[in-house]
Amino acid sequence: MSHADSQNAISIRNLRKTYANGHVALKGIDLDVKENDFFALLGPNGAGKSTIIGIISTLVNASDGTIKIFGKDVASHVYEAKQSLGVVPQEINFSQFEKVADIVMTQAGYYGLKGSLARERTEKYLKKLDLWDKRDNRSRMLSGGMKRRLMIARALVHEPRLLILDEPTAGVDIELRRSMWEFLQEINRNGTTIILTTHYLEEAESLCRNIAIIDHGQIVENTSMRALLGKLAMQTLVFDTVNDISTAPQFNDPEVKCQWIDSHSFEVTMSTDRDINALFTALNQQNVLIKSMRNKTNRLEELFLSRLNSR
Amino acid sequence: MFANHKYIAFETIVVKEVRRFTRIWLQTLVPPAITIGLYYLIFGNLIGRRIGEMGGYDYIDFIVPGLIMMAVIQNAYSNVSSSFFSNKFQRCVEEILVSPVPNYIILLGFVAGGMARGLAVGIIVTLMSFVFTSLSIEHVWLTILVVLLTAMVFSLAGFINALFANTFDDISIIPTFVLTPLIYLGGVFYSIELLPAAGQWVSALNPVLYMVNTFRFGILGSSDVNIYWALFMLVVFSAVLFAVALILLRRGTGLRH
Repeated sequence: MSHADSQNAISIRNLRKTYANGHVALKGIDLDVKENDFFALLGPNGAGKSTIIGIISTLVNASDGTIKIFGKDVASHVYEAKQSLGVVPQEINFSQFEKVADIVMTQAGYYGLKGSLARERTEKYLKKLDLWDKRDNRSRMLSGGMKRRLMIARALVHEPRLLILDEPTAGVDIELRRSMWEFLQEINRNGTTIILTTHYLEEAESLCRNIAIIDHGQIVENTSMRALLGKLAMQTLVFDTVNDISTAPQFNDPEVKCQWIDSHSFEVTMSTDRDINALFTALNQQNVLIKSMRNKTNRLEELFLSRLNSR
Repeated sequence: MFANHKYIAFETIVVKEVRRFTRIWLQTLVPPAITIGLYYLIFGNLIGRRIGEMGGYDYIDFIVPGLIMMAVIQNAYSNVSSSFFSNKFQRCVEEILVSPVPNYIILLGFVAGGMARGLAVGIIVTLMSFVFTSLSIEHVWLTILVVLLTAMVFSLAGFINALFANTFDDISIIPTFVLTPLIYLGGVFYSIELLPAAGQWVSALNPVLYMVNTFRFGILGSSDVNIYWALFMLVVFSAVLFAVALILLRRGTGLRH
């Protein structure tokens, strides 16, 4: 085991997958995720994200390549590698007829946790994910968001060092999504490495420090979130005003585009290297008083689309 | 994975399996009890009185061991095939496949679950038989050994069936077209001595014949077949089916793409 391998939560080398029907899902993936990282794996539908996760979790057989989890080869040290891994799949995959607590307790048993410890952990994670009150309910009675949280509780019951979440907030309302983000950030701060695939690019931008973009079975971008967003040439700023405005403020600079949103807000699109102070000077001259300013989200979406379109 | 962890994982699978079939007891435990009870009543009691003796015993006494074995075989098989296929169908099998549970523990866990249901139904129909006749067991340990081995063989067969199954139809084809004929032609209702020589030769190829007759020997003390040979065959069947199931599980047949 090399030093670099031991520092990585996961090391993937030359990973290839061709399905029986001839579909080539992965064309030689190389990827490292550092320990304690919060890592985003993005890509359009069918890009190969779920195949990678399937191979890591041994649900899909690789055609070629190696995967090491904390330095342990998934093929040759399968039990040690799996002990460090928790997976939250994209689709619901627990029995619809079992009780919530039984599902988590059973998973604890698969990892060899004794009854008392299994009960303690089950209570801990069901409480953390606001499911403790539902512990005696049959899982089919849960709402979609609760089912997603149950899968997270189940994946965490053996307290893995690496947690992989495949679109964990799909179909979850915004309030619940935010609370799940906070929870994931908390367990990441406590030392759990997290790999996240999501279609909500805002989610990746808010949570993840590093990112890889996969398309047609190949990694097309693998960098830090900061570096990737730094590549964005344009930014859109949203201003909220104190006073009423009936039209968008005027700027002399033709490179600055301003658009009225409503009587108390407007947005400005400009190059990222432009001086924002000049904007405030112009706004002051027009007696537009600013209450707050924020960067418009979906910056990552713009990059994501431009990166895929450029291929 | 440490040995105690493996034991906990095994216990978890068995408890889950037992919980499953006891939760739906109206589907798993009651129907075989009713069916076998009707066999006792109609074939054993009503028609049996007219038949008289079979193999030197009252007809009801002759068929009780076979009917108990029939219940054990059918329920051990269907428990594992339906449970494991349901796990595949609902994708909850992924819970185990993602975990570090070794393949042989997965296999042993499901097989033990199947054996538990087979034995549970076996005990129920044995108790029911006391309503119609009073049997004593001639060879207790042999009887227990045979019923355990038989339940294991058919649990393993059910597991292999579930691995290959893609639809619910696929787990009913083998019981309907293979298992039921083998059981009915395996000496449950008649002694093969009644058959012509050719019929006896064909019957000797039926593995269920050895199971039923060894079990009958354990209870009544008489059999149409050589007991040692039958026991040897049961052990060989168990070992071969276990090896096949384990190889398929390792390959990921029906489970991994």
